[in-house]
Amino acid sequence: MACGKDGEQDPRIGGIAASIRVVPDFPKKGIMFQDITTLLLDPKAFKNTVDLFVERYIGKDVSVVAGIEARGFIFGPPIALAIGAKFVPLRKPRKLPGEVISEKYVLEYGTDCLEMHVGAVQSGDRALVVDDLIATGGTLCAAMNLLERAGAEVIECACVIELPELKGREKLNGKPLYVLVESR
Amino acid sequence: MASEGGEDHRLPRIASAIRVIPDFPKPGIMFQDITTLLLDHEAFRDTIDMFVERYRDKRITVVAGIEARGFIFGPPIALAIGCKFVPMRKPKKLPGEVISEEYSLEYGTDIMEMHVGAVQPGDRALVIDDLIATGGTLSAAIRLLERVGAEVVECACVIELPELQGSQRLGGKPLFVLVKAAAA
Repeated sequence: MACGKDGEQDPRIGGIAASIRVVPDFPKKGIMFQDITTLLLDPKAFKNTVDLFVERYIGKDVSVVAGIEARGFIFGPPIALAIGAKFVPLRKPRKLPGEVISEKYVLEYGTDCLEMHVGAVQSGDRALVVDDLIATGGTLCAAMNLLERAGAEVIECACVIELPELKGREKLNGKPLYVLVESR
Repeated sequence: MASEGGEDHRLPRIASAIRVIPDFPKPGIMFQDITTLLLDHEAFRDTIDMFVERYRDKRITVVAGIEARGFIFGPPIALAIGCKFVPMRKPKKLPGEVISEEYSLEYGTDIMEMHVGAVQPGDRALVIDDLIATGGTLSAAIRLLERVGAEVVECACVIELPELQGSQRLGGKPLFVLVKAAAA
């Protein structure tokens, strides 16, 4: 059963955790997929999710929220808007129309690539990386590398859900991770 | 670049924040890049505000956003008006039971999916994407929502390419856009 982070559990976490649907055997047998679409159908849970992140980062001089395609596009922009930061989409190859920098990362079988527009981020930018879930940490690590290559400082990674058994937290080069719900 | 929505003082900044990239994804196409709008916090904020102001008193119960750039604009609108957000996705991304709708591309067809149970009869829906071109994607979204008994109140996009006449392909549903642009 999912639980919240950060010591004493915020009373909003229970409702958020309960609104996440687990879909067995997706995308393949043995995987218990954490489906946040049911959270998005619960306006109070969705608002509480965004509020918890906003409360943590407001007033911390975050200038960029980078969201990982596609579910990071759902959570990142509301946070960016509330804290007054730019939103930067980190995308699969060949989606961004302008000049990009690319970072390869390892999948269970094979590799994939994450891209960011050149010029979206500058040195001096303080960045948050947002995705719905951290599993192995491969995607988040690629995201952090892109931002650092462009000269930004990654302050923290933020996800709704963590799968702690996959130890993604250890792949973040010492950068802190903040999550609302753990799923075992 | 002419704009819709009359003389609202926020529109010039929104329109000028959009970057045009020639010859993407192929020669002759002038691609309307909203990522630069997302880097301008005030313009992004104004974009969302203009939609929220239009829809907050229209008893909307669901905002359906089309993958992937509809995921950037839809959730902030849904959060502000206090309604559900439903992602409309490419095939095999949604983990639960889905309904599918095929639609035409320039060459061939594609498929859009929505989760079963996300939307009910009686739901009043808004469909959101960053841009309307031929209207194929938006009309697939409208059909999915109507198949489950929702009423599509309006389609809303940041940008329209009027030469491509997408507004004629929405089954009579109204379209609201902030900015009109040339297709090529």
